[in-house]
Amino acid sequence: MLETIVVPLAKIVVLLNAVLVAVTFLVLMERKVIAWAQSRLGPMRVGPYGILQAIADPIKLILKEDITPRKADKYVFTLAPIMSLVPALVVFAVVPFGPDPFYYLSDINVGLLFIISVTSIGVYGIILGGWASNSKYPLLASLRASAQLISYEIAVTMTLVSVILTTGTLSLVGIVEAQREGGLWFAFVQPVALMLVFIGGLAETNRAPFDLPEAETELTGGFHTEYSGMRFSLFFLAEYANMIVISAIVVIMFFGGWLQPFPNVPALAFLGFVPPWIWFIGKIFLFLYVFIWIRATLPRYRYDQLMALGWKVLIPVAIGNLVVTGILKVAL
Amino acid sequence: MAEAIVFWTLAVLILGLGIAVISARSAVHSVLFLVVNFLLVAVLYVTLNAEFVAVIQVLVYAGGIVVLYLFVVMLVNLKKAPERYADPRRVPWTGTLLAGAVLAEVIAIGVYSTVSSDGAAATGGGLGADTPFSDCGSLVSCNTEQLGWVLYTSYLIPFELASMLLLVAMIGAIVLAKRHL
Repeated sequence: MLETIVVPLAKIVVLLNAVLVAVTFLVLMERKVIAWAQSRLGPMRVGPYGILQAIADPIKLILKEDITPRKADKYVFTLAPIMSLVPALVVFAVVPFGPDPFYYLSDINVGLLFIISVTSIGVYGIILGGWASNSKYPLLASLRASAQLISYEIAVTMTLVSVILTTGTLSLVGIVEAQREGGLWFAFVQPVALMLVFIGGLAETNRAPFDLPEAETELTGGFHTEYSGMRFSLFFLAEYANMIVISAIVVIMFFGGWLQPFPNVPALAFLGFVPPWIWFIGKIFLFLYVFIWIRATLPRYRYDQLMALGWKVLIPVAIGNLVVTGILKVAL
Repeated sequence: MAEAIVFWTLAVLILGLGIAVISARSAVHSVLFLVVNFLLVAVLYVTLNAEFVAVIQVLVYAGGIVVLYLFVVMLVNLKKAPERYADPRRVPWTGTLLAGAVLAEVIAIGVYSTVSSDGAAATGGGLGADTPFSDCGSLVSCNTEQLGWVLYTSYLIPFELASMLLLVAMIGAIVLAKRHL
């Protein structure tokens, strides 16, 4: 009873709250980092250095009026933000924060495929949100979003296959263990795959420079133009939760998950005093920082450039990487 | 007992959603019901300990193909249900024939499986005790490894034929879309 129901439930509660709190502070981090990149101070009014802005923003969003356009499809309009957020949270069921079962909810045999398939459900939120608003800019944005997400999903999935080939397992715990046994992070074994997954991840989370579905200057906010209040903030939460998911995938697949840096070098063994889950979360935040850094640096792609990059560069490179990995796997 | 309850609940929900798919007024609602239907079928696979098939069901059908359906439906934007058939006495022969063929097939499969209940094992399709990966350590099941093994040994030729078929379909689509290559 305690093992099968109470402990997993407690873990779920802790995990969900941790993710949602992390998201609110991630928004603050984004505003601060972009401000520093542009020689500004960012939010400074609420609390010391504006730290309490992370609490003020959600309160504002919850209290705002929630408007449904009269011509909107009511059921789908309500359903879309939920369909967008829930998959992003479900993914954390298989993310391992540390080596033993205490640190994760479940270690399933098809962990990686589970993550890919659940995140592919999240697309519906964006597509249906744009359609149900019954308004022209959101519809255009959701058409863009569906084309973009499908294109980049192919490249990312095909790249992850080449990583699976090197490990021989789909279990996320197994993938990290393989890196510990090999003594080498897969970032050094599969550098091309790392680049592909990271670029594809940027595109799948609709982050700059691939934020075409919500391009403010052309589409007035894109698929969530007609959303307000809490429903809008669900889309917002989903985007940031997806950023955390992509960072977690990159860290698990290429940067040794919860492992300390260079676990096979005895001179660095003293790094082991830091608990594994802190390493994992630290690495995730490093990648979140890179996400924000890229947003502050790069201009947005044009739509045809985006599709050309996906189909003519990323997918061929992913196939090439897969073939080379297969040949090396057989040859070595 | 618990398994039976889960199975029948799922079965009723899946069939009910199937009816909802064909009876929904808006095409987008139909597609949404179809997504939920596919997700429930995936749950059914999980109860059969076929995690790999379940995940692939979600990834390929719910996450991939139906997104393309939705794409097309949104472009067509059918808000109203289509008009009724002009002549109610007209019988759609093709539809009736196809429905009859499917019914005959289902009955044939049912009869065949009851006559030879150990048919699968006899034809070499089932997983024998000598297949590798029967032990998978701490994990619940090693369905993926077993499926891979069977696909590349017993079912190698059908597997390759299916991939050829998909290749032909892909080339056909490209030829249709681009007149001058």
